[in-house]
Amino acid sequence: MQIWDFAEYAAWALSALLGIYIVTDWLKTDSRYSEEELTSSREGQLEAITEQHEL
Amino acid sequence: MSDITRNTPGTAEASEAAPTQNGGLLRVLGPAHIWALGVGIVLVGEYMGWNFAVGKGGAYAALIACWFAGILYSCVAMIDSEVTSTVAAAGGQYTQAKHIIGPLMAFNVGLYLVFAYTMLEAANAITVGFLVETVAGMTGHEGLNPQPFIVLAIMFLAWLNYRGVLATLTFNLVITAFAFTAILILFLATSPLFGESPLKHAELMTDLPYGWLGVLAAMHFGLWFYLGIEGTCQAAEEVRSPSRSLPFGTLAGVMTLAIAATLTWYLCVGLMPWEYLGQSGAPLFDAARMSGSTALTVLLGIGTLFATLASANGCINDASRAWFAMGRDHYLPSWFGAVHPVYRTPYRSIIFLVPIALIFALGAPLDQVITFSILSGLLEYTFMPLNVIMFRRKWPLDTIKRGYEHPFHPIPAIVLLCLCGITFFAVFLGYGTQLVAMIAFYIVVSLWFHFRRYRFVQRAAQFTMPWPKPQGY
Repeated sequence: MQIWDFAEYAAWALSALLGIYIVTDWLKTDSRYSEEELTSSREGQLEAITEQHEL
Repeated sequence: MSDITRNTPGTAEASEAAPTQNGGLLRVLGPAHIWALGVGIVLVGEYMGWNFAVGKGGAYAALIACWFAGILYSCVAMIDSEVTSTVAAAGGQYTQAKHIIGPLMAFNVGLYLVFAYTMLEAANAITVGFLVETVAGMTGHEGLNPQPFIVLAIMFLAWLNYRGVLATLTFNLVITAFAFTAILILFLATSPLFGESPLKHAELMTDLPYGWLGVLAAMHFGLWFYLGIEGTCQAAEEVRSPSRSLPFGTLAGVMTLAIAATLTWYLCVGLMPWEYLGQSGAPLFDAARMSGSTALTVLLGIGTLFATLASANGCINDASRAWFAMGRDHYLPSWFGAVHPVYRTPYRSIIFLVPIALIFALGAPLDQVITFSILSGLLEYTFMPLNVIMFRRKWPLDTIKRGYEHPFHPIPAIVLLCLCGITFFAVFLGYGTQLVAMIAFYIVVSLWFHFRRYRFVQRAAQFTMPWPKPQGY
């Protein structure tokens, strides 16, 4: 059936579009922000502020 | 307890001097998202895969395996709920191992997680392709190429994960709830409560065809009813209230799965002879078709697709968090520890794992991919009893605040260890070569980590939680 042939092409096209979006945004983000800023996340940061693990 | 200090000696200044965290993961999730993450990853196991346990040992063997696996996973959920409600950070069991056991265990657990979830994601994508191909076949179109649909499933879900965790897990919540409701509807529609029932348990049930050895062999596939529920821990850094949401979501999840598993078994063994059920590709869908209702067939067809997508979606979420946490601690290149400044997701980890999932989805056989996932998961469960016993010893109940305290300790840990031992034997019976090959792989990467990689780890900077000193230190 022709609709399934069309669906195959549409799936390839949509996959390519999503891939292009992700890669473009990744490159833009990496060039716009410093590495220090991007990797500034620290484990347990919120916990250090709100939950001191005291009983 | 007022002895609040860092739990490692040395250069705590390094972590304190790090830039202020304004770009960490976003805390936006609630208990329902945790439920959706855990149940979403697993529910596909009810739609397909569990029935191979029937092929191994008959209908009753599958039920025994289902309940033994239920006990195993209840122990996993209880232990995980206690530890994760305390170690509320991305990485889940990896982070628990890092704090409680040590770096080498943590590195191994991190890899178990990433492999288990990435392989499961690939297996789900292969299944999406198979489902589309089946639907095309039912409409009279033979020879459909499933590859574009496999690639689309992975790319769409990667894009969703890239854009933000709230949308990702809200999507999971909707499609998982749909898939679970579909099972309930099928049960109600075929039950004798509303007129004549197509269920024929009296005619179809047999004794154990291969005896108790069949029951043992069925344990391998009994895991499918629940495999992945421990994935709820990976959202620990993104929930608004970890100490409440994580135990609630995880325990509600394992209860949901116990109900779904029992209903699924009951329905399928009442509609199909065990010889057929043991080889079915999509048993719930087949059960719906055998009920004779077109509406139920369509409902369960959509349910199968949704369950598969929900599982792949949760797997991308979890694998990327584990990879991200390892990067953040320099167990892997710190480049992977980056968070997207707008979407607040571990975007580099998400991107990195896409081609790996694609390679396995397009190039590896489904049974091998799934076996690698199950074995990695099993190694992870074996680590958990050791983990919780050490956690209780180092930080007894009166020394650290817990969101949940699991009852009857250490009985759940011992039960879990025994059931893991039985399941390892069951897996060895069917997939001995893969088991040995995989253990050899983890030994090699452990040696690499110990001799080559660990020198890059900033030992004090990886422990930034404000925990009290462990007892005895």
